[in-house]
Parts: sequence; structure tokens; C-alpha cells
Amino acid sequence: MEHLLRRYGMTLTWVCIGLTFFWLAILVLLPNFTMLESSFRPYLAKVDEGGPLDFYSMGNYLKVLGNDVDFTVFGFVFQVPVRLKVFFLTIVYSAIVTVITFIMAYPLAYYLAKIVSPKSLPTLFLLLFVPLWVSEILRSFAWWIILAFKGPLNAVLMSLGIIDVEIRWIAGFSPVVIGLVYTYVLFMVFPLYNSMQSLDTNQIEAAEDLGSPWWRTHWRVILPHAKPGIASGAVMVFMLSAGSLLVPSLLGSTTSGWFTQTIQEIMLGSQDWNAGAAFAFMLLLACTLFVSLMMRVFGVKLSDIAK
Amino acid sequence: MSAAIELDDVCCDFGKFRAVDHVNVSIQPGEFFSFLGPSGCGKTTILRMISGFNEPTEGVIRIGGKDMKGQRANQRPTALIFQNLALFPLMTIWENIAFGLEVRGVDKAKRRARAEELLALVDLHGAADKMVSQLSGGQKQRVAIARALAVEPSVMLLDEPLSALDLKLRQHMRAELRAIQKRTGVTFIYITHDQGEALAMSDRVGVMSQGKLQQVANPRDIYNRPANGFVASFVGENNIFAGKVKNASAGMAGFETHIGNFEARFAGKKSDSDLKLYVRPEHTVLSAKAKTQNSVPVTIGDVSFEGSFMVVSATSQNGTILTAELRNDGSATVPAVGTKMHMSFDAANAAVLPDTSSAGA
Repeated sequence: MEHLLRRYGMTLTWVCIGLTFFWLAILVLLPNFTMLESSFRPYLAKVDEGGPLDFYSMGNYLKVLGNDVDFTVFGFVFQVPVRLKVFFLTIVYSAIVTVITFIMAYPLAYYLAKIVSPKSLPTLFLLLFVPLWVSEILRSFAWWIILAFKGPLNAVLMSLGIIDVEIRWIAGFSPVVIGLVYTYVLFMVFPLYNSMQSLDTNQIEAAEDLGSPWWRTHWRVILPHAKPGIASGAVMVFMLSAGSLLVPSLLGSTTSGWFTQTIQEIMLGSQDWNAGAAFAFMLLLACTLFVSLMMRVFGVKLSDIAK
Repeated sequence: MSAAIELDDVCCDFGKFRAVDHVNVSIQPGEFFSFLGPSGCGKTTILRMISGFNEPTEGVIRIGGKDMKGQRANQRPTALIFQNLALFPLMTIWENIAFGLEVRGVDKAKRRARAEELLALVDLHGAADKMVSQLSGGQKQRVAIARALAVEPSVMLLDEPLSALDLKLRQHMRAELRAIQKRTGVTFIYITHDQGEALAMSDRVGVMSQGKLQQVANPRDIYNRPANGFVASFVGENNIFAGKVKNASAGMAGFETHIGNFEARFAGKKSDSDLKLYVRPEHTVLSAKAKTQNSVPVTIGDVSFEGSFMVVSATSQNGTILTAELRNDGSATVPAVGTKMHMSFDAANAAVLPDTSSAGA
């Protein structure tokens, strides 16, 4: 504090603190708190608000139950409430998206951080960024065209003789997964790149000099060093995927319900903001728990990610 | 027995820049060999070529008689100790040391036992389960040596490993390295720009400049019998006189300069160009009266007291600054500033050498 005052003077210091406070309290905490509060209240007609019917309960959270459907896991059929099934699948497919982005981003980040000459780095970064100049809606829609039944992907595969009949790409969760991977892969590349770049190249050479084949060097030296980057990339991709509405809405098929779509339905379709708020909090809570669990499993500390 | 390492006419180019220029040297098994030279002279490139991180543009590198062309770093029987050591910070000390064994599929109990053995060899008992960050500079040094020894290399390559240590520790580690080398009998190739290190530790020293190997000899000959002006002035101090050879016979020459005529050792031909006379400061004597041979009248300038010796700088009649080094053995009197004296030296301790430091090399 004293240090800040000395460095920036009274006015600027208070402006900075004030703005940070405004952002945190008014734009983050207050709306979330309002949501949390309303998630415990029932959806009532205007006249009943504040009346005897308006009391706190878990009623909204329990709305996730009911309407059982079949849910098949490894051949076993369970009877599961439809919203819970959607909720569960959202978490699972977000995790799958995270794993796929990691597999794609790791070699790319390694190439950028350790192999490519620093001279061509700006060009490569530019090429990576160019797609971000187009809006997410347009990019997702482009994928919808690419994946269409009579679309370019099938046409190319057919003309190359790789397939004989068109594949129906827009079915199940695959188009959503493809879209999410495409949209969020850079959120994995950059944290990975950052963490790998800070690795002393001598360590890679030392491992090789001691006889290590390339895969063991990656497993024992590079991967452990990049762990904080992997963790922050994975958290970002997972959270963004689970919370994405646009990609599942545009690229989803009839069988690929995403939990954000359920929330949207309840908030905008049924106008039941209280239940919507409850569902949104459930998603937030579940994602946070899942992420903390994964961090515990892989031995990553929160302070590692903040680096 | 064939040589441990043979460099046969090795060159290495980086683009248009020739980093290593036709180097020929053959290093014997069990030898402690140093490459000595200023930074940018190509010595690190030589090391990287031997370890397999760079390929020579021309020439052949043989290890134990076998051509190493196309062999990658992880296939060569060498172990490199990096300048910054490059220990793995996320592994414990014993895992660091045993990494090479882990690669070779040795089981965990054996790895651990071998790591403990090596820790004992480098005098680091009880450090096995510590992390790298918990060790001091000298201890990390020992771990790096143990890690390299673990793979039982036929050649150890050391890239200025002592440069990051403070003076006392550096001197201690010199002796230690030498002792470990004698104990293990592994061939050591040591890279340094510190002449003291090279002279004190090595069996033989190769002095390098601008990619070329200037001289390969044992430390005493490097210092006492430098092959050329570069070696003479890079290793130790010199008084250098420009002039020309008047007559040469039986390994001696008469050398004519602006401040007088001198006698000195000379192995070349009278017609050689760029010849200069080199005399070490500790080989000069200051006296009140002129000697009959190799004597220059001088005026005493600055005297700097260094403890075990004194450095006296004196000016000759034409303004050349000459240096004498006097041992502080109790008998020497400190000459007063401004006194007129004579600086002389023995012909056997002076040499006329080609000055390659200016001529391209």
C-alpha cells in the first residue's frame, strides 16, 4: 500500500483501488449474490412477492429431478431424471473436450516454445490469432456448414475415396465437441506455451545426453515442468466448455442437450428466473468441485495456476 | 590402446561463420584434457559436437575408435556437465543421479543403491531425498558430477562447470574434480576460459582462438614454451617488444628493437613475419646497474602490492610501459617511484614468437 502510494501518488492509487473494488463488488459479487438469493425463492406472481408464499426453500434445486428417462452407461440402463442426465453429460463431454484440446495443444505449444526459431514466432502467433478476429457465431456457423451432410467435409472425404457414403456428422455430441475444441484450443495452447518456454533447454539436452529417448524426456522433464500450464489451460477450457451456450445451440443435434441450454430454456422459455438461477449455481458448483478434484488428483496447487 | 576421442580435421560452420576450423586432436583414455580459450573461440562448439548436439560440417569425430557420425546425443558414451548444471529441479537428488539408470531400465532398488554409492563418491552423504533447491552451489556441482558418472560414460565433458562458484569454492572444487577423475579413471574433457583452472587440473591443454587450435601441450610447456604470441599472451602476462630478428642460430636469435638489442630463444626462421619478443614479468629483474645482456634502462612508475608478490610497472626511454613481478620473499626492497633502474632478463626466459593474435587467428 505504502509502496503503491509512493509510486503512483494519492489520486491514481485511489482510482485504481476504487475501480478494482467497483469491478469486484458491483460487477461480480453483487449480481452473483442476488442470483444466489433468488435461487432459494419460489417463482411467484408479482402480487405474491413478499407475501406468505415467499419463503426460502430448496424447491428450485429439486426441480432438476423428475421426468425420468433411460440413460445407458456401458450397456447398463438406468432411469435418470432428464435434467440430471443432461447435467452429467455436459460435465463428461466438457472433460472430453479438455482432453482433446490438451492432446492437440501439447505438440503445438512444444513446437512454438522449443523448436521453432524465434524469428518466425511472430508470424506463427499471428496465424494462430487470425481466426479470433472472426466472431464466435460466424466460426461456429462455418463449422455447421463444413459438417453438413452434403457439406465440404463429406465431399472432400468422398472425392479422396476415404469414405463411400456421406457421414452424418451433426449427430450426437460430436459436432459440439468439434466446435468447442476449435473454439477453445488456444486457451490451452498459450498457458502451455508459457510454461514450456520457461523450461531451461539445457534440461532437455541433459536428459537426452543421459540417454533418454524423446518420450521419456517429455514424460519426466517437460511434462512435469509444464504442469501448472496444463492445469490452468485445462481449467479454462473445461469451464468455458461447460458454460458455453453458443456452440451447443448452433452445432448441437437433437440428442446433444447441454446444461446451459436447459438453463436458457428455464430462464427465457419458462421465465422462471429463480429455478434458472438455481441451475446456474448447480453448474458452477459442480464445475468447481470437479476442477478441485482434478487438481487434487494431479497434485496442482491453486498458486501454481496463478503464475 | 586407441585414443578415447579423436577429432580428425573437424570443422563446424554456423551459416557463413566458421566456429571450429580444422581441429585435429587425439585425447588418450584416462586423460584430463582442457580446451582453453576466450569466449567465442569455438571450445563449446567442440564440446557440443563430441556430445552429439551439433554435427561437424567437415571431419570425423571418433570415440573409442568408432565414428560418431549420425549418432545422437542419447546414443553416445559421453556425459556432459552443463555450465548451469541443468539438474532437474522437480526430482529429488537421488532421482536426478539415477535418471540415466532409469532410462536404461534399471529397477528402482538398484537405482537407489547406485545413487547412494555415487553420493558417497562425491562426499554428499544423506542428501538423497533432498530437492535440488535445498543444496548449495558446490553441492549441486557434486550432484551434477554424480549424475554424469551414473551412466558410466567413457568420456566426461565439462562445460565451464566452476564458473558460477565463488573463488574459494572454485579452488576447492578444482582439487575435487581432479581427485574424482583420478579415482574413476574416466577421460575428462574440460572447457574453460580460466587459465588457472586449465593449468592446475589438466594433463594436457589445448589453447584455442577463433576456431583454431593454437597449441596442444602439457600445462608447463603451454606456459613456458608457448607456440605463438596468442598462447603466450592469453596464458599469463607478458612484456611484448616489437622489432625484427637480426640473426638466428642454434635456437637463439638476436632481436632488434627501438629500445635496444636483445637475445632470446627462437625456433622459427628469420624471414617469418610478425615476430615479437615476449618476456614474462616474473622473469625480469630490476637492478641499479645495467647488466651486460638484455637490459633496458627504465623509470619506476606504479608499484602495486598483491600480497605474495609485487607488480612494478616501469617506463622505458621511449615510453613503453614494462612490468616486472617481484616475489615478496622478504629480501626484495620496494623500489621508489621515479627511481631510474635497469630491467633485465635471461635470454633463456625470453622468446621470439610469431604474433598470431593480430594476424587473423
